[in-house]
Amino acid sequence: MANSVSLVAPKAAGDAPGAVRRPLIRIDGVGKVYQNGTVALADVKLDVRSGEFLSLLGPSGCGKSTLLRMIAGLGAPSSGIIDWPQARYDASGEPERSLGFVFQEPTLMPWATVFENVYLPLKLAGINRRDAEPRIAEVVGMVGLEKFARHYPRELSGGMKMRVSIARAIAVKPRVLLMDEPFAALDEITRFKLNNDLLALWQEQKWTVIFVTHSVYESVYLSNRIAVMNARPGRIMTELAIDAPYPRNDAFRTSPIYNEFCRLTSAELKRTMTDPDEH
Amino acid sequence: MESGTTSEARSRLARVLVPVALGILFLGVWEFLVRWLEVPKFVLPPPSLIFESLLNDYGTLAASMWKTLEVTIAAFLVALVLGVTGAILFTQSRLFEISFFPYAVVLQVTPIVSIAPFILIWVGLDHTERALLILATIVAFFPILSNTTLGMKSVDHNLLNLFDLYHASRWQRLRYLQLPSAMPYLLGGMKISGGLALIGTVVAEFVAGSGTGTGLAWRIIESSNRLNIPRMFAALLLLSALGVTIFFGLSAVERLLLRKWHESAIGREN
Repeated sequence: MANSVSLVAPKAAGDAPGAVRRPLIRIDGVGKVYQNGTVALADVKLDVRSGEFLSLLGPSGCGKSTLLRMIAGLGAPSSGIIDWPQARYDASGEPERSLGFVFQEPTLMPWATVFENVYLPLKLAGINRRDAEPRIAEVVGMVGLEKFARHYPRELSGGMKMRVSIARAIAVKPRVLLMDEPFAALDEITRFKLNNDLLALWQEQKWTVIFVTHSVYESVYLSNRIAVMNARPGRIMTELAIDAPYPRNDAFRTSPIYNEFCRLTSAELKRTMTDPDEH
Repeated sequence: MESGTTSEARSRLARVLVPVALGILFLGVWEFLVRWLEVPKFVLPPPSLIFESLLNDYGTLAASMWKTLEVTIAAFLVALVLGVTGAILFTQSRLFEISFFPYAVVLQVTPIVSIAPFILIWVGLDHTERALLILATIVAFFPILSNTTLGMKSVDHNLLNLFDLYHASRWQRLRYLQLPSAMPYLLGGMKISGGLALIGTVVAEFVAGSGTGTGLAWRIIESSNRLNIPRMFAALLLLSALGVTIFFGLSAVERLLLRKWHESAIGREN
């Protein structure tokens, strides 16, 4: 069984031979130095392909969240470029990113109901409530919270709050969903459930997902591809392809192929580790 | 569940009954001691005489109370508008904040009694009420300004990032994020300012003296000059009642606005 598992990332998985498809996002030579001199990222090269589920996996301090935020346009890189080859650029040189962002915390407005929280990005885009209502109902249903639209965040569990956060992110019909350790604070049962629901939505909606995590198991379970990162300075050490078919479900979680991928990914993470104190 | 609600109702009842019982006991001891020790009524009148005076002079005292209340409410509202406007300007423009904040502090820390004569000379010669309004506003507006500014700066950074991500305009960020975030702080400031507006009005009335002739503070001075101590107490009683009403009124507003979402207005569930 283990022989069928290979971790060599094909450079253009799924593409017809010879066809050079433009990536959705091209990250080239990106570095980030903070004002206090800390080098958060150095010379990061990464192409994000349309429709893939890509994980950024690494220990804390490896710059994976920083990278995700810069992809979202929150903070500019100190060097290198983050280019959106398929997107139109506006007059000020900003690409039309079309993305949803899910933070580590649910980041909901405590004074607003689930409905109002999900409505926020549409409201900021100038869409009036009546026109937005069908879309809000749709995404609240997609995350399984149709009965809770009138509830306030404090009345919801941690997992439900995260679902609201996801509903808000997808309300604007993004092409790319950026997720920054979204399930790290949840208990395992809730996390597994949300993993499955997220995969189902991803397959149905054809999003591109960039998912930041420090969990080997989570990244293997979810991704087509894992970019393994390490700290000091933060950079991408290697890219791994997880060539296991979707849909993946709880049976996949106990399969030998999953365990083998986890073992190999852990080994890669350890092999590229520069700081022996880490982990 | 059942026993939970009964014990809750009982504790709520106790919160009213215990202080009331204590008050009645206090008045009883006071009444008894004054009569037993034969304290002259111009030194310390018994409570019964104070209530009698309150009933007899109710017309005059009530008219004075409305006068004081009028100025207090007006000053509070002006302070609210100025404080919130100031906080918005402070958080929108750093230059504005560093220019004006020190002067707001100067205004706040200078004792109002020492400013009062100036204001009375400048605007109060023909319009004492305007001088009272200005003085009470000066006293009342600082807590609203500083609390609201603090609240607007305490916005969750992730939410700020979220608003940036969706290219929110300055106005949208103010309207949908900063002002709602500042709401609990603003309401806390309002509770302090409500009391301060009353204090400011009374102090200003004291300084203005006989020129006004109608507020509750003036009734206290007037009664004192005439050695009508029971009426002095009666005016004081009304003043306290006014302060308590303002405080509980604003607390009720706070609870009403925050009950759905803010920790301060929600009981713990354990």
